[in-house]
Amino acid sequence: MSQPPDRPPARVRVTSPYAERPRSRPRRTAISEIDAQSEVGRIYFGTLLRAQLRLAASTLVALVLTIGMLPMLFTLVPSLTSKQLLGMPVSWGMLAFGCYPVLVFLAWRYVRLAERNERAFARVVDRS
Amino acid sequence: MNLAFGFVAVLLVTVSTLVIGTWGLRLSRTTSDFFVASRSVRPGLNASAISGEYLSGASFLGIAGLLVTFGAEMLWYPVGWTAGYLVLLVLVAAPLRRSGAYTLPDFAEARLDSRTVRTVASVMVVAIGWLYVMPQLQGAGVAMRLATGLPGWTGGLLVAVVVLLNVLAGGMRSITFVQAFQYWLKLFALSLPLVFLVIVWLGDGGRSPADPSLFVGGESGSAWADPVDFAGDHPLYSTYSLMVATFLGTMGLPHVVVRFYTNPDGKAARQTTVAVLGLLGLFYVLPPVYAALGRLYAPDLVGTSGADGVVLELPSRMIGAVGGDLLTALLTAGAFAAFLATSSGLTIAVAGVISQDVMSKKLEGVTAFRISAVVAVVVPLVLSFLARDVAVATVVGLAFAMAAATFCPLLVLGIWWRGLTDAGALAGLLVGGALTGVVVIDNLLTDREGGWIGSVLAQPAACTVPLAFATMVIVSKLTQHRLSAHTSRFMVRLHTPETVKLDRG
Repeated sequence: MSQPPDRPPARVRVTSPYAERPRSRPRRTAISEIDAQSEVGRIYFGTLLRAQLRLAASTLVALVLTIGMLPMLFTLVPSLTSKQLLGMPVSWGMLAFGCYPVLVFLAWRYVRLAERNERAFARVVDRS
Repeated sequence: MNLAFGFVAVLLVTVSTLVIGTWGLRLSRTTSDFFVASRSVRPGLNASAISGEYLSGASFLGIAGLLVTFGAEMLWYPVGWTAGYLVLLVLVAAPLRRSGAYTLPDFAEARLDSRTVRTVASVMVVAIGWLYVMPQLQGAGVAMRLATGLPGWTGGLLVAVVVLLNVLAGGMRSITFVQAFQYWLKLFALSLPLVFLVIVWLGDGGRSPADPSLFVGGESGSAWADPVDFAGDHPLYSTYSLMVATFLGTMGLPHVVVRFYTNPDGKAARQTTVAVLGLLGLFYVLPPVYAALGRLYAPDLVGTSGADGVVLELPSRMIGAVGGDLLTALLTAGAFAAFLATSSGLTIAVAGVISQDVMSKKLEGVTAFRISAVVAVVVPLVLSFLARDVAVATVVGLAFAMAAATFCPLLVLGIWWRGLTDAGALAGLLVGGALTGVVVIDNLLTDREGGWIGSVLAQPAACTVPLAFATMVIVSKLTQHRLSAHTSRFMVRLHTPETVKLDRG
């Protein structure tokens, strides 16, 4: 602290933050970030892609765990084939008639959730 | 059986198909109308059209034929053909529509920026298309012989001519109306006779086709109705391999993919697919009942080449007289609708690829499309006269296996993985295509053998599909420097809803 007294501290101009003109750089929106393929844009898009991929994977896992497991189930539980319902084995009925409602339900659920993911993405991107 | 009824039925379907097709002609103006109906088809109409096109002769006649001979394990075909739409919905439907491409080769080129991949994809579209149309024309021969007594080749020829006239006249727009009409015709034609047949069966005492003491073709009823009693030495492998082929093959069929471009946007593509799943489920509960009744009332057809005709035979055997003849005529009409619808859709898809990749440089759009359509129909017609008599659904099953080992990995990796390169895609397409090609030729020329080799050759998909996927991933990893510069923007385009105003390249 040995500054000569004849050198006062450098002057600083103090102004209100609102007084200055807006910066010339354009405001960056999520859309422009994605278009510019910046790091931020990649995060916005990656979130949507991962959500959709997770949903697709969960739907496919559900398909494998329901209809995909039927051959195993029929092999491990022979009583499904020996027991009859209206003259045909229960396993035959499950395969001939039972799979379609499951498939339609999985499809309906997927579309609802996929559209929800897209709406969420559109909301975030349009707001910012 | 009164052959005149069958003749009138075939004539009515032919004429109504042409009339509705001509109505579409007045709406078809531009090249875009011809290829994709200018992308303005509503989900309800489009779903009927997709289902109408998808339910081929293999579904209308073939499933019941396979079921009556081989038993309950064949139920996996209709289940797999429907589940394939769920997989398509989940992995492909909306992104494929948003890619904005007309055909599978268009998608390959847009995503990978490579003319070579495009060419290979084009060759495969044509190969799968012809492999699928050929059994339709053969099946038309079987139906024609049963319904009218004319020689079999007339059936194939008639279907080929009607398809050609329709495609030449109106392209995709008229086909959309024709196919939507044909779905409802097929559903009606299969369900109405069934009501009467079941009433007759109940009147006869309602004997169970799964009765252990009922022996047909050396197999007891209980063994026939057992869903894991798959032909061959490795039933569990065969079942799962068939599931792989049908679950994953649907998305790679050229006529299925083309229909998705006619949706207005990605959201509509999804809604269409859900409706398709419902319509297919509604239809596919019917053939198993025909097969079960066929076990009781047409045991002599089991194991013969006439098994594909079991659906058409039942009314005359169970009801007879004029009523039986009328119902047979209705079923014949439905069967021809099936052959016509699927063959039309495939012809459009194959002709689209030929005209874009072989001809368009020399000729104006619509003319090139019309010449290509002629080529697309004549080749499978000639093949159908030459090939060995193989069950309709078996050959169709091989077309699915081919699609599952080629276009499925291309679409899934192309849509969900940034890292897919042109070299990787090319290697995977060639590995999957070549392996399945060998199996197809083996199946068309020889009968199946026993053991592991026989099981794998009969149902190759569980081996070929993972190999094709692995090849694409490994070669892509090794060639990351070839990643095309616009990949990121293309991925954004595939996955973001159209309502968000982004730069889509």
